[in-house]
Amino acid sequence: MLFKDANLAGWGRVLQSPARIARPERRAVLEALMKETPAPALGAARSYGDAALNADGIVIDMTRLDRILDFNAESGRVTAEAGVRLGDLLRLFGPQGWMPAAMPGTAHVTLGGAIANDVHGKNHHAHGSFGQHVESISLLGADGQLREASEIENPALFKATIGGLGQTGVIVSAELRLIRCVGGRVELRKQRLPDLDAFFEAFDDSKAEFSVGWIDATARGTALGRGVMEEGHLVSGGFAPTRNARTVPFNMPGLTLSRPVVKLFNAYYFRRASANGRTRTRPLQEMFFPLDSLAQWNRLYGKRGFHQFQCVLPSSICEVVLPRILEEIANSGLASPLSVLKKLGPGRAGLMSFPMAGMTLAADFRAKAKALPLLNKLNRMVAEAGGRVYLAKDSTLDAGLLRAMYPEIDKFRAALAEMDPERRFETDLARRLNLRGAPV
Amino acid sequence: MSNAWLILGASSSMARAFTRLAAQNGAHVLLAGRDAADLALLAQDAKLRGAASAAALPFDTRKPDGFAALIAQLLALDATPNIAIFAGSMLDQAKLEAAPDGLAGMITDNLAGPAQLLLLAMPEMIARPGGVIIGVSSVSGDRGRASNYGYGAGKAGFTAFLSGLRARLSRSKVHVMTVKPGFVDTAMTWGLPGLFLVASPDAAAKRIWHAAKRRRNVIYVPGFWWIIMTIISCVPEFIFKKMKF
Repeated sequence: MLFKDANLAGWGRVLQSPARIARPERRAVLEALMKETPAPALGAARSYGDAALNADGIVIDMTRLDRILDFNAESGRVTAEAGVRLGDLLRLFGPQGWMPAAMPGTAHVTLGGAIANDVHGKNHHAHGSFGQHVESISLLGADGQLREASEIENPALFKATIGGLGQTGVIVSAELRLIRCVGGRVELRKQRLPDLDAFFEAFDDSKAEFSVGWIDATARGTALGRGVMEEGHLVSGGFAPTRNARTVPFNMPGLTLSRPVVKLFNAYYFRRASANGRTRTRPLQEMFFPLDSLAQWNRLYGKRGFHQFQCVLPSSICEVVLPRILEEIANSGLASPLSVLKKLGPGRAGLMSFPMAGMTLAADFRAKAKALPLLNKLNRMVAEAGGRVYLAKDSTLDAGLLRAMYPEIDKFRAALAEMDPERRFETDLARRLNLRGAPV
Repeated sequence: MSNAWLILGASSSMARAFTRLAAQNGAHVLLAGRDAADLALLAQDAKLRGAASAAALPFDTRKPDGFAALIAQLLALDATPNIAIFAGSMLDQAKLEAAPDGLAGMITDNLAGPAQLLLLAMPEMIARPGGVIIGVSSVSGDRGRASNYGYGAGKAGFTAFLSGLRARLSRSKVHVMTVKPGFVDTAMTWGLPGLFLVASPDAAAKRIWHAAKRRRNVIYVPGFWWIIMTIISCVPEFIFKKMKF
């Protein structure tokens, strides 16, 4: 059958909606579908909120169109279909000395999704966002036509598609510029840091190619922002085969991530890291894809799911605002073990791209009534500070705050009005945030 | 000597996953099917994943005139010839009852076409021993069920054909393996109600690949379908005929 009626959920599972899902396995099927009923694309469904949902509409699952079409081992250029997973690109081309320039925390994300959300990785400060390494995109538009978009050809479409949350059409394939990968192993240094100031200092001093901080979001007072700094650089060595991760078998009861449990776990995790820093050589995947060590980890939050909050604050002001945001989170007692801090560079490639030079903080909150007022408050604080909330993660943002965070939204809207006037690619997220602007 | 795989019905998702395994192992792959444009992309993909060579070839179960050319292409490669048949089609039983003229075509897709090709290839496979023939049949062929007996009839025939071919070739160092998939998450089963314990095409292909290496005769995919089908086969007919599934 062409369609499957099912409930779609983002990775956070707090937002869900019914849709008719098509999953073409051949180009011809996709093209016919896009001529008849153009609809937004779905990748690995790893965005947390409603970026890939389309309530009572059609969604096109692209994961079966995942072929590698061209690769040049000299230049590191690869062309692949949108459904290919970034982890597969690393597995295939890593041993040949090349890897995707930006790698998010899970290997499962698709090429199309990585472009549509202009994702970043632990090397963003050094290599920029995913979209900056995209040479060209083949896109099926609302008129069913296939177009090429690049810096030179259809540049407006190119900038609206990167980070454009699928609003310009269905990405069929793309050409990427890979970066050099010296080997399959990473020298990973982990060090315990006592507070947030220490993190600011550590990120400023860090010369590592890859860096990220884990934060104990339950620690308060003088320990506010304590955590573990991870810095890595790639070293030569064989690639470890990807192991089958353990799976969370079912929805865990609410108690799993209750306050005392999280506090206890965080304290343990914090103390486990060395105070003076310890360096070990580990398989590359362990640093790139920490989230994949536990499959279906979203079940830990129970069947109601969770919200993820990720913001970026501009460097000029982050040392003032970030402690206040973290204080709100710590005082609420709602945080989960997964809170991450990272310094970002200025690199971004699309009109609606998330990154800006500054610090980004991500934290999870189990979905319950108390979480919403907190998230609303955090969103407002971010907007006032001139920062951004990451739309790939968002499930709670107020539409009124969007313009403050994404100043290029008018250009984006103008591009969409031209390319998709009938709003065929509008998703739940686009409707919730009035991404397209008022109907003309 | 390296291996060459003629993969029929190569656009199907199980065949794709199988092709990738063959490519990873450095085999030559000949991808045969009806959608030439799509097969060209698959051939490209196979090459970049390590295949010694990859080519897209036209194959239609209902056009036996093209079979000889396919076999010639397989033999032209300097490698042990192997054949994997993933081709097949399924018409919904209700549609078939409304329009019975679809039956002959479906039987050709699932039985007559593939079987004719294998008969044609048999002498050549005997002359170049060491290879494997994989035929993908179905659990539906184990017993005709009210909801799917048109499809099941063709697959039952194919299962019987493969069983006979296995016996015929048993002294010729050409192995024949019958694969009986249960529910695999492919375009054929997409959106069908009442599926359970569905296997991914990747998992199915892995099982097929390893079983072929170990020269298994008949495998269920996933393996536990062996138990399910044994139970179904044991139900006495006077009860079975009252069952609607």
